[in-house]
Amino acid sequence: MGLLKRFIAGVLLAGLTALVPAGAMAQTVVGVTATEIKIGNTNPYSGNASAYGTIGKTIAAYFKKVNDEGGVNGRKINFISYDDGYSPPKTVEMVRKLVEQDQVALLFQTLGTPPNSAIHKYVNQQKVPHLFVATGATKWNDPKNFPWTMGYQPNYQTEGRVYAAYALSHVKDPKIGILYQNDDYGKDYLKGFEDGLGDKKNLIVLKQTYEVTDPTIDSQIVNLKNSGANVFFNITIPKYAVQAIKKAHEIGWKPLHFLNNVSSSLGTVLKPAGLDASKDLITALYMKEVTDPQWRNDKGFTDWVAFMKKYYPDGALDDQSNAFGYNVAILMTQVLKQCGNDLSRENIMKQAANVKNFELPLLLPGIKINTGPTDFAPIEQEQLAKFDGEKWALFGEVIEAVRK
Amino acid sequence: MDIFIQQVVSGLATGGIYASLALALVMIYQATDVVNFAQGNMAMFSTYLAWSLLQAGLPYWVTFAITVIVAFVGGLLIERVVIRPVEGAPILTIVIVTLGLLVIFTSVAGWIYSYIQKPFPSPFPDKPIRIGQIVFGAHDLGAIGVTLVMLILLFLFFRYTTLGLAMRAAAQNPVSSRLCGIRVSWMLGLGWGLAAAFGAVAGLMVAPVVFLDPNMMGGIQLYAFAAATVGGFTSPLGAVVGGLLVGVTENLVGTYVSFIGTELKLTVALAMIIIVLLVRPAGLFGRTTVRRV
Amino acid sequence: MAADSGAGMAAKTATGRTQSVATPRSMATSRPVRVTALLVVVAAAAALPLFVSGFRLFQFTQVLIYGIALLGLNLLTGYNGQFSLGHGAFYGIGAYTSAIMIDRWGIGYGWTIPAAGVVCLIVGFLFGRPALRLEGLYLALATFSLALAVPQILKYFEEWTGGSQGIVLSKPKAPFHLPLTEDQWLYFLTLAVTIVLFVLAANLLAGRTGRAIVAIRDNHIAAEAMGVNNALYKSVTFGVSAAYTGIAGALSAIVVAFVAPDSFDVFLSITLLTGIVIGGFGTISGPIYGALFIQFVPNWAQDISKAAPWAIFGLFLIGFMYVMPRGIAGFLHLLWIRLTRPAVSRDEGR
Repeated sequence: MGLLKRFIAGVLLAGLTALVPAGAMAQTVVGVTATEIKIGNTNPYSGNASAYGTIGKTIAAYFKKVNDEGGVNGRKINFISYDDGYSPPKTVEMVRKLVEQDQVALLFQTLGTPPNSAIHKYVNQQKVPHLFVATGATKWNDPKNFPWTMGYQPNYQTEGRVYAAYALSHVKDPKIGILYQNDDYGKDYLKGFEDGLGDKKNLIVLKQTYEVTDPTIDSQIVNLKNSGANVFFNITIPKYAVQAIKKAHEIGWKPLHFLNNVSSSLGTVLKPAGLDASKDLITALYMKEVTDPQWRNDKGFTDWVAFMKKYYPDGALDDQSNAFGYNVAILMTQVLKQCGNDLSRENIMKQAANVKNFELPLLLPGIKINTGPTDFAPIEQEQLAKFDGEKWALFGEVIEAVRK
Repeated sequence: MDIFIQQVVSGLATGGIYASLALALVMIYQATDVVNFAQGNMAMFSTYLAWSLLQAGLPYWVTFAITVIVAFVGGLLIERVVIRPVEGAPILTIVIVTLGLLVIFTSVAGWIYSYIQKPFPSPFPDKPIRIGQIVFGAHDLGAIGVTLVMLILLFLFFRYTTLGLAMRAAAQNPVSSRLCGIRVSWMLGLGWGLAAAFGAVAGLMVAPVVFLDPNMMGGIQLYAFAAATVGGFTSPLGAVVGGLLVGVTENLVGTYVSFIGTELKLTVALAMIIIVLLVRPAGLFGRTTVRRV
Repeated sequence: MAADSGAGMAAKTATGRTQSVATPRSMATSRPVRVTALLVVVAAAAALPLFVSGFRLFQFTQVLIYGIALLGLNLLTGYNGQFSLGHGAFYGIGAYTSAIMIDRWGIGYGWTIPAAGVVCLIVGFLFGRPALRLEGLYLALATFSLALAVPQILKYFEEWTGGSQGIVLSKPKAPFHLPLTEDQWLYFLTLAVTIVLFVLAANLLAGRTGRAIVAIRDNHIAAEAMGVNNALYKSVTFGVSAAYTGIAGALSAIVVAFVAPDSFDVFLSITLLTGIVIGGFGTISGPIYGALFIQFVPNWAQDISKAAPWAIFGLFLIGFMYVMPRGIAGFLHLLWIRLTRPAVSRDEGR
């Protein structure tokens, strides 16, 4: 009985509290003062996905550079980044902390599909700009239903479709084998590829999966060769991509081999797998690959190296993630510049949706950032490249993404 | 038939990896009755030390020797310094301490070396070995060989040396052992040291295949637990056989049982654990202990 | 101390020595004092929304949820001596039961809480039955395997579970137009469930069933000889323990409003185990301390060190175990004894 009474008392007390108006709004513009802009972020600095944590560090380093050079329109950027360990419940907690306690102006480059899925509704309800999320999933380009969320990188499905189109038009009698990671990233690529095949889905002769807890995927490669596949779509993260390329070469399997963009690094994937074994691999790129010798004297590249050496000396110069972080931080800074002195959340969102033909130093030549009120996908162009034993030789035209 | 053999061979290769870590787990359990959750990560950390030595230019086998010795001393010290204060506490308390070690090692490795994966060299030649249609890597064969050598050394040590006998005594009956003059506490330290050394070897054999990164041992430790359970936590031979069995079964089930395919491979490995535990809890090679009531 | 230790807990240690631990249940304090203390705690908990709001309240709701999960695990491992490294699995099953019922079948979230409990009760019992023959390490390994298998299985049955994308839910509003925010309503709902479950557990443990459960832990052969049906009690305890943790999972699905398979990985099981050891196993209050620890200490560690926060957390873990090997509850109990019984003679003390 005491229980029930206590419960009712609690409810009444809370009810009374709720009726009392909240304290007066301290600022008219959340997260912004005359000298500072607060930007919130979550990244996996621990746990299985901790390799991506370096993106958060690169971004922090870039904002430090911006601050050293005077900030944006006189305001310094206060970049607050919390570890969510790639765990959605933790992401929810940290993002709520950023929004409700730290009172950030916007959220930037929150990383991972499940983490972002978990906060998707909340940030739109709270009307907090949720910009340039670090995931290739397709659902972030939906301004009608989620007007505060915007993606960044070309989404995985688009890339999958590009490979499917190429396979259909370049292989006479395609028999397709696919290896994919058994999670949202792998399945998203798979969907794009299958959608690209349309009614020719039956050309897929075998699909194999793996988990990130698996030490090797040799057995899957053996099965794929055995299926008679002459086209291979390799949807793996760097660690397994190396194994896949190596094993395929070892057992003498030479299909038309599409390597997903996620693992296209020359230094961390192709070299350990063997440059010889990696010949004729095809991938879709949108960035300049930082271990590729063809960009050695490119200004964008040399500027990036100088930046890394000064502001993030611990960061690896062969880690494409560090280039990724650099690029997207520059985009963010541009959006802030476009806001001028109106840094209200509405205007931040407006300016984010108003970037026209903007170039980033580490994007491939010809690829530009474009956003609009119905176009929340900043990068929609890619270009195919084939590995010639030394570098990723770009070929063909820059491909515009096929809109859903 | 060819694909069957190829999958078996691949399975033996992966199984060899599990077996090497399983040996270390069994080692510690035999010596101290504790399941050390930090085993895999200690191995990972030792491998990073080896990486640093290799970067500094030391030749491979010298690095190997130094790493094993440093790991041994490290393991011993950890037992003396970190585990000692809670030696008399309930088992679960000690398990939590090992969990603490696990996160510390991972975190420190990530902090010093960053989380990006690094390639790690193998002492064995890179050229694949071909027998008919079957292909496998020299490293896979070499790694299994090294694991077998460790197993034999362990067997000889426990069976034929006084020290080994003392360690077994201390683990099975600490009270009586003390009465015989055995320094039980030091035996525990020795157990940890040896297990750490074995772990280091496992790490050195594993890193070329899965690449060196702070979370490298995560998945493998899971399978190593499966291996040790199947083979029996009280039997080093069982650990090795268990590892090979888990590797092969995983591959064969993934290949031939299509509704399971590769999506439930882990579940299969684990179903194996459960079945073994139900039918023969001590594992295939373990000793069933009979307790006096 | 022997006089008031009641059902002591014999714990096997690494070096083979066995020791007894006094269970705080049979404390030297009188009943009225304990009841008053409890009332104060509950009143404070009920008044919490007056002082904190929004995301802090969300954090405390998480604490309560962990508390329920830990109570479940404690029931099995602390009181009944069956080691489980797989309770993350039941948490996940409970969460998904709730999510699927809400999302796919349109059932009201309130009903999903007991439903999750029932589902996990059955699953736990079914798992506990064959697991009867296993002890200590082997049971731990079997439950460990369960924990590992669950995320994969969840991903496999995509049409039901949404696969690796997970299921997105909506946060429920307060019913009957009560003037509460969603956070406040969920906090009170969780608090109510927590109180009910804790009271039930306390009653269970104080009675014959409780004594049977503890007797099985201390010496199962003697217990069997005395007429306790080991098989029945052990499986039922497994089921009840799973039910508790499943209810916690269901609440977490409702509060976080999102479920994904990889949130329920083996690391969650390990976290739960950590929680009960830190909190103090074999105690009723332990789960709350443990829940506070696992919710807040990782965040503090992040504040202390950006570079290697988990190393700091690991140090906390080890430090706690050095200073309080019996967990926080055990430590507080010892402290209390020390304070209220200063004149303990040499002969009585241990």
